[in-house]
Amino acid sequence: MTLTVNGTNHDITADPEMPLLWVLRDLLNIKGPKFGCGVAACGACTVLIDGQPVRSCSLPVSAVDGPVTTIEGLAPDGRLHAVQQAWIDHQVPQCGYCQSGQIMAAAALLADNSQPDDEAIDAWMDNLCRCGTYPRIKAAIKDAATRGET
Amino acid sequence: MGRLAKITRRTFLGLGLAAAGGLAVGYYYYRKPYANPLEGLLAEGEQTFNPFLTIGQDETITVFAPRAEMGQGVHTTLAAFVAEELNVGLDRVRVDHGPPSPAYYNEAMLKEGGPFAFFDESISAELTRTAMGVIAKFLAMQVTGGSSATVDAYVKMREAGCAARHVLVAAAARRWEVDAATLEADNGQVTNPATGDSLTYGALAAEAAALDPPSDIVLRPRDEWRLLGKPQKRVDLMDKVTGGRIFGIDVELPEMLYGTVKMSPHFGVGAKAANLDAARAVPGVRDVVPIETTTGKGFGIIADHTWAAFKGAEALEVEWEDAPYPADTGGLSALFDQALDRDPDFELGTTGDVVAALDAAPASEMLEATYSAPFLAHATMEPMNATARLKDGQLEIWTGTQAPGIVQMTAATLLGLERDAVSVTTTRLGGGFGRRGEVDYPLYAAALAAHTDGRPIKVTWTREEDMRHDTYRPMAKARFRARVPNGAMPSALDATFAGPSIMKSVLTRTFPDMSPMGPDKTLVEGAHDQPSLIENRRFAGCVVDLGIPVGFWRSVGNSMNAFFYESFLDEMAEKAGMDPFEFRLSILNGAEHRPAREVLTQAAIMADWGTPLAERSGRGIAHTISFGTWVAQVIEVTDTGDGIRIDRVCCAADPGLVIDPVLFRDQMMSGIVFGLSQAIGQEITFAGGGVEQENFSDFDAIRMAQCPRIEVELLENSPKMGGAGEPGTPPSVPALANAIFAATGKRLRDLPFTREVEFV
Repeated sequence: MTLTVNGTNHDITADPEMPLLWVLRDLLNIKGPKFGCGVAACGACTVLIDGQPVRSCSLPVSAVDGPVTTIEGLAPDGRLHAVQQAWIDHQVPQCGYCQSGQIMAAAALLADNSQPDDEAIDAWMDNLCRCGTYPRIKAAIKDAATRGET
Repeated sequence: MGRLAKITRRTFLGLGLAAAGGLAVGYYYYRKPYANPLEGLLAEGEQTFNPFLTIGQDETITVFAPRAEMGQGVHTTLAAFVAEELNVGLDRVRVDHGPPSPAYYNEAMLKEGGPFAFFDESISAELTRTAMGVIAKFLAMQVTGGSSATVDAYVKMREAGCAARHVLVAAAARRWEVDAATLEADNGQVTNPATGDSLTYGALAAEAAALDPPSDIVLRPRDEWRLLGKPQKRVDLMDKVTGGRIFGIDVELPEMLYGTVKMSPHFGVGAKAANLDAARAVPGVRDVVPIETTTGKGFGIIADHTWAAFKGAEALEVEWEDAPYPADTGGLSALFDQALDRDPDFELGTTGDVVAALDAAPASEMLEATYSAPFLAHATMEPMNATARLKDGQLEIWTGTQAPGIVQMTAATLLGLERDAVSVTTTRLGGGFGRRGEVDYPLYAAALAAHTDGRPIKVTWTREEDMRHDTYRPMAKARFRARVPNGAMPSALDATFAGPSIMKSVLTRTFPDMSPMGPDKTLVEGAHDQPSLIENRRFAGCVVDLGIPVGFWRSVGNSMNAFFYESFLDEMAEKAGMDPFEFRLSILNGAEHRPAREVLTQAAIMADWGTPLAERSGRGIAHTISFGTWVAQVIEVTDTGDGIRIDRVCCAADPGLVIDPVLFRDQMMSGIVFGLSQAIGQEITFAGGGVEQENFSDFDAIRMAQCPRIEVELLENSPKMGGAGEPGTPPSVPALANAIFAATGKRLRDLPFTREVEFV
């Protein structure tokens, strides 16, 4: 089967049941999406498929029906995405392990709703962060929104 | 009392003997510095000045952090120590983990490991700190723990930068044949103001590294600091916002295989019978092998990729031996109740005569309560994993670890190698919280590497394996009795704590040949070491031996004992008819308790303590000094009708000296979210001898929608420097319990609070 990841086509030979996450990480060596739970409960593995956020740890690769964007493909021209820049400005990451997923979820949120209020952010951003960076994630999302270049 | 006093003294002797034994080896060795581990690791054109610094011809300045970066920002702060004295900006500096080496021993962590309050400056407390400092150097423990990294590095890493600057200047002075005192070093170069000549650090590095460092180093005074005391940009942000391959789980090596483990869900035992055929038949699985180490018994799966390994583990058919402890939480809990009823094993921080004071108390003045806390998993975001390669008698390990030296030592023992034949590369850690001070996951990788014909293998645990094979925050119970006259200070407090010994559990699995010395203060910390002027007080520990692995969990014993103790203080305030804030001020009235009064007052001001709140809202207050930092928090909650909402947390913290105010504040916030997460729902329970919870679906933590507004202010009244990573956690739990009492009248004595209330 063929998988398009960050604009590149890959021919894949894999068990159709293998989750997209492990195809990305172990077969394609794309390490941005992280393994956290394997049951779509934490969001560390979040990628975009056709622009929609998907938890790749629980999606069989055979069910992928559009181009995949991982955090490596979020800023293809080498310039950081507005969300990534806001993450740096607000010093969001601590251990950083969940942040690929948080950033992908936030990018998808801003593509869906360019000016999310607290309630919209709370409802959308349900990825887990054990370091507790939530207040800075919220501030960074609002900041990225005001830059209006997502 | 007599018997207990003797036990306490014996503990002391235990410590003293260890110190004396060490000293007998020779004071000389204590004074002598360890060899620089970077000597053998230098790249072409690179020079090393001490174990913390290399400078390359290409002007690359690398700081080697002796402590693990797991989100606390320690790489940023430790690099700032060196950069401050080297006179370079932090943007000029690369930061990496050092290799395992005795040169990176952690003195600060052991210094406060004695059974004394942080503010106890008695002769015996000070002597113990000195002795522990000596022991620390002998043990050469390279461990990130006890919120000690910044305290430990504060002098030595500034000295490392300063000494290097001196020899760089001296090298330039030789070249130019001028007096070194006439030269200036700044921004990566040495300049002669008289001639305008300049040489870069890179150009001078080779000559400078050959010079002896000065013996009389004078560090820059605080009022002239350029970087320290001010917020610095974290050095690892770019990697962390671009999906950088920085974690153990991201390691990728040529020819690498992938694996996982399925260890006995019953602790301390192994397989009774196993059929490995189905697992071996899974496509992509190459082999299934038994694993037996001091940390656990079970099976490892060797496969072509992680998914195949996970499927192989799922297909294993194993009948495990029965657990050697009560199989369910009810049975375990009964052991804690029995322990509370028997004579305690030790006392710490006891003063006055509690028994006499309580015996003489009229019934109307007596107050009694029993509290409990469950086992907890660490649940780091990055599941346990390690990569290992065993080739030509050399074992290489790549992993995110808080204790690389211990990994090296135990892996060498497991495979029968010399310690020198084992290298450990520390990656960034996707969360630690104490879990990554354990050696089980690198040991299992090392065990599997013995079956891969020299190919490296990355061994990743499933979340379920991680949740069910943790070294848990221990379950604990505490019973309090107090004499509280109405409107006055309590005159007696008797506190008994029942729980397993963390120290014993850690030693048993990590260093089975060593036996623990003295009482384990983790049973009573967060209570016995808290400031108090209650005249008669007793803190007793009853050890419950279970055989279930327990370990260091962010703030360790403080994580439950602070909840017990500070909640009971609130109960005493209620009984005395006093305001909880005023009540605390009255029992923390010693001169040495001033930092506690100041943080309490600051938190109260931040939260408008005493002003009216909406109906069904309430405020709770708590204070804990842990790891040298005094932290008070006021939490505001509202009973919405659908559940309790945590509205706001006001936190005032005093670590004596703030090196980076933003990173410190972030650690307080992080610790608070960690503490509140345990309070509102975390619990590890047992059934059939194994852990019942398996994933974030049944062991969750606070997420965005539940995260309260958190405000942090920092004070600097404390005379000694304290840590950052853990002290935010302990007071958050009792402050929440006390707030819920204020809002609802319901006193919560058992964690998690979801047993009795719901949260929105």
